[in-house]
Amino acid sequence: MTQFPHISVQDLNVTIGNHHILKDININIPNKKVTSIIGPSGCGKTTLLKSFNRLLDNGVNAEVTGKVLVDGENIYDPSVEVTHIRKKMGLLSQRPYPLPMSIYDNVAYGPRIHGIRKKADLDQLVEQQLTATGLWNEVKDRLNAPASKLSIGQQQRLCLARGLAVEPEIILGDESTSALDPVSTQIIENLFLELKEKYTIVLVTHILRQARRVSDYIIFVYMGKIIEFGPTEEVLLNPKEELTREYVKGFIS
Amino acid sequence: MMKRKIEELFIKFLMLVATVIVVGSFFLIVGTIVSKGLPHMSLDMITKTPGGGFYIGKEGGVLNAIIGSLYVAGGATLLGLLISIPVAIYLNMYLSGKNVIANAIRLAFDVLFGIPSIVYGAFGFLIMVYFGIRTSLLGGIIAVTLLVIPILVRTLDEVIRTVPHELRDAALSLGATRWEAAKVVLRQIKPGIFTAILLSFGRAIGDVAAVLFTAGFSDNIPTSLHEPAATLPLAIFFQLSSAVEEVQGRAYASALILTVVVLLITVLSEILVKKFSKHKI
Repeated sequence: MTQFPHISVQDLNVTIGNHHILKDININIPNKKVTSIIGPSGCGKTTLLKSFNRLLDNGVNAEVTGKVLVDGENIYDPSVEVTHIRKKMGLLSQRPYPLPMSIYDNVAYGPRIHGIRKKADLDQLVEQQLTATGLWNEVKDRLNAPASKLSIGQQQRLCLARGLAVEPEIILGDESTSALDPVSTQIIENLFLELKEKYTIVLVTHILRQARRVSDYIIFVYMGKIIEFGPTEEVLLNPKEELTREYVKGFIS
Repeated sequence: MMKRKIEELFIKFLMLVATVIVVGSFFLIVGTIVSKGLPHMSLDMITKTPGGGFYIGKEGGVLNAIIGSLYVAGGATLLGLLISIPVAIYLNMYLSGKNVIANAIRLAFDVLFGIPSIVYGAFGFLIMVYFGIRTSLLGGIIAVTLLVIPILVRTLDEVIRTVPHELRDAALSLGATRWEAAKVVLRQIKPGIFTAILLSFGRAIGDVAAVLFTAGFSDNIPTSLHEPAATLPLAIFFQLSSAVEEVQGRAYASALILTVVVLLITVLSEILVKKFSKHKI
């Protein structure tokens, strides 16, 4: 691994209820690259992604042991401020979930809770992030309209803009295009390719072609374990492990 | 298959019968109230308090009870909301990882939901004795608040549970605290809050037993929380017990007023639900 690791996972184990979901995970996620987590349904890829911004704390009794270092800081250290960790990461979920407010307020929400109050600053941020996600020209005349009035594809881009507005360093995508039509999917994929100039991107995807199109590195997870990790072409075309080969060929799903 | 067709027809018939019974009873009740109450309706009924001799059939109206009922039901619903919203949020946003406790609390509220209102009246009365409060508007509001809290908590709880987890996660992943994420959830359930208010208000305004010992009854419109207050259900009860035919008729007129008040509140909350659904995702 030549890249400086942005997220470094050490001996991570996650147990939810009686299920040992993630087993002895050790991985270094490279800085300013797109890394895709692939693997069959239920293998733990979403859990792995959510362990990066401590969203596992919510809703379920997850027991987490081991370390996840973000910029060298263990996010599971009890003294760490969880809001501070999450601010570093934008999350793009399977379906877009805009906040129940206007388009403008969706993007301004993050900056506002982190203390930016001046209208001029917010205006500038909103325009900047909506431009970055290619939405500005589509919505600039109806910034006060409810976000729910946008198409699903637009909503997903709005969610991305909303995440970028808190100036994260990392973008986490959890099958972010699975609810989108092919055109919107392509727009989002292209955005990921643009955004990796500035951000470290980790995606969970079950579409191998998508992983191939957008990612620099691939992590293959199977039954809660990392089976293989390496550059995209290597993992997909010339896997070292038998399990990876079978998955890539479509034998296990 | 003949058997399947017969089954389909039979079930459809049963549903139709059940619907006719329910809708029929509704029209029968409303019809009775209107036919018996309308002849005794007058402007005086809704604009005047009982005059001397009102209860033997002379002049006056039930404005005291209309205002009293609105005060009691409105006050109890408002007070109930102030208590129930934090409880519902706590159950869903803070206790969600420890479901055993949350479910125990839900069970407790389900039990409270089923307790007859006379028990709340008696309990409210004990509280009043303890704090030295006499039968008054305040006493009535306290007892009815106790009565509506389980309704509000359980309704809000169900409404919050329909909010997708991802919405909360979206706010949290932007670095929101749990309370900030809860505020996002509250925005999403604004229409649901009005439904809860409607249910609570409807229960509160129609209840007799909880206010019987606590709010008392008065021919005057209460001017402070410490004065006794009349309520429409009690006014109906008293007038119906009268031997004078004119007074009995006014009981139905009062029932008609109560029904119209509830109808107006329902329409108003429907309008508000629509208005506040604008940003709902």
